[in-house]
Amino acid sequence: MTDTPAIRVRGITVGFGEKIILDHLDLDVKRGEVLGFVGGSGTGKSVLTRTILGLVHQREGSIEVFGQDLAALKPDEHRAMERRWGVLFQHGALFSGLTVRQNIQVPMREYLHLSQELMDELAMLKIRMVGLPADAAEKFPSELSGGMIKRAALARALALDPEILFLDEPTSGLDPIGAAEFDTLIRTLQKTLGLTVYMVTHDLDSLYSICDRIAALADRKIVAAGTLEEILQVRHPWVQSYFHGARAKARGASS
Amino acid sequence: MAREPGFSEKLVGERLHLVLSGEWTLAVSAQLEAASRKLLASAHRALKVTLDLEHIERIDTAGAWLVDRVRADLVAHGIDADYGGARADFTLLLTESRYEPVPQPVARHGNLFVDLLADIGETIVGIARNLLGGMTFLGKVVHALVRVILNPARLRGTSVVFHVEAFAFRSLPIIVLINFLVGCIVAQQSIFQLQKFGAATFSVDLIGILTLRELAVLLTSIMIAGRSGSAITAELGSMKMREEIDALRVMGMSPIDVLVMPRILALVISLPLLTFLADLAGILGGMVVALTYGDISPEVFFARLQSAIALNTFLVGLIKAPFMATVIGIIAAMEGLATQGSAESLGRQVTASVVKSIFMVIVVDGIFAMFFAAIKY
Ligand SMILES: Nc1ncnc2c1ncn2[C@@H]1O[C@H](COP(=O)(O)OP(=O)(O)OP(=O)(O)O)[C@@H](O)[C@H]1O
Ligand SMILES: [Mg+2]
Repeated sequence: MTDTPAIRVRGITVGFGEKIILDHLDLDVKRGEVLGFVGGSGTGKSVLTRTILGLVHQREGSIEVFGQDLAALKPDEHRAMERRWGVLFQHGALFSGLTVRQNIQVPMREYLHLSQELMDELAMLKIRMVGLPADAAEKFPSELSGGMIKRAALARALALDPEILFLDEPTSGLDPIGAAEFDTLIRTLQKTLGLTVYMVTHDLDSLYSICDRIAALADRKIVAAGTLEEILQVRHPWVQSYFHGARAKARGASS
Repeated sequence: MAREPGFSEKLVGERLHLVLSGEWTLAVSAQLEAASRKLLASAHRALKVTLDLEHIERIDTAGAWLVDRVRADLVAHGIDADYGGARADFTLLLTESRYEPVPQPVARHGNLFVDLLADIGETIVGIARNLLGGMTFLGKVVHALVRVILNPARLRGTSVVFHVEAFAFRSLPIIVLINFLVGCIVAQQSIFQLQKFGAATFSVDLIGILTLRELAVLLTSIMIAGRSGSAITAELGSMKMREEIDALRVMGMSPIDVLVMPRILALVISLPLLTFLADLAGILGGMVVALTYGDISPEVFFARLQSAIALNTFLVGLIKAPFMATVIGIIAAMEGLATQGSAESLGRQVTASVVKSIFMVIVVDGIFAMFFAAIKY
């Protein structure tokens, strides 16, 4: 059971109209690992994430989560599956008419039988865990800064203590200290809850500090996947310039 | 598969050991709270308590929070409580979700009567603000209009034409249809009532005057308020929500010039055109019914119509149209730009826009009726 990967993507092809974004793409995310997913802007990282989540339909290929083929699931099985993952969208996607606390409680209300008191407490716990001040609880999304929206959205993604966490650029828009705290938090959660984390990121620091493995998307395929050391050996030009470019060098010099 | 959260008691010397077992996770959320309450009740009987976590199968943040809440509660009651047998990963989780008292949101208990008065007061102040805001907005639009007149190159012609198509051309079928039907209804009723006096042909006067002076422009305005006014509010409102309006501003473009003016101008152009066609449709409807129900032939109908109406009958209706258009446009744009950050607020603004503009259309029509009566036009 434990050796089946958390997510197994096989031969996924996704396109919009004439344009093919992903072409027979394969990807495995192992249980309990933090996978960093990199790729240039507009290469289809968000599209792949949305395809796994069932928001975009693939033309070909299959997706298995915890060994279950998503296409073969019945609606209530799919619902049970959705309860096991938490998603942080690239732009937060908080419900604009609800406060942060209510946003976090939306999945709790839907899936759990808890007293209002405990839900309030758990919401405050999540708010504290993601590093938001307590007074953010009663604020509406339009009253939050960009970084606070990211944190609130993470708090909502964590509401049900999911087994897989999908993060689309969690640290973009955060200050470096905040981003480092975010990384530590994700690491802690991953260690304590045995979480599997699928993280789309452009943040070299996150890749170096918390990712167990890295997958790189280019030319509509995964061109490299493996530990950081393995990726650094890959000869693909995009991967080379990503990990050996000026920013990567600057990072190497400072650390 | 999940084993329910539970615990067993064991007395070691003076210390009560509570050995937790099973799964303390949200997967068994229904049993979780009850288990923590039982745990607390058992622990309260002792003076020294150890919460033994060694045999827990799984625990998540919610479980850890509840367990730590029990510990904190015991400590607060002067009971010596600690953890035993906690594995390293649990300790990390327990520190991460350590209990801290959560301030309960303070519920506001007001006096019902005072609240009622406060609500009334707020509403009245709101109405006054609204009127003032409307005037200010009208001023801004007129200012923008003057700038456009002084410098016609500033006019966004493409945008105006685009919106004329959306407001006039696209709503033509429905407006012609409802006016035709209302013309039919008016004709039918007036024929039935006037036949009793042997004066069925006078129903033509009624149809002509009522349609031209009031009905066509009123129905068209109400339809446009519902159809195009709501569209304007929704468009501007969602642009406001996504900071597109702010983006225009910082690029040095005034949202009034770029977004509001073309829409209001398009409405001012569209509404008289639509009113004219509505006039025709209403009279046509009347004529059809006059023929079928009142045996009034088209020749008689037109002869009667010519003696009943004059140019001024037609103009009274038409003159109102641009005013109605301005009122609808101003209200729709103002409500749209007043949208706050949430989707709910957008819905509220669209509703407010439609309700207010239909109300104002009727008020304006009443004012015109009094005005024309006073000048005997
Ligand atoms: N609904 C859609 N319809 C048409 N094309 C789309 C749609 N969604 C995404 N695309 C296209 O798919 C490509 C990949 O988009 P995607 O959002 O996955 O990029 P990304 O890798 O997440 O980039 P970034 O790092 O900037 O977030 C882009 O070229 C985009 O234009
Ligand atoms: Mg993206």
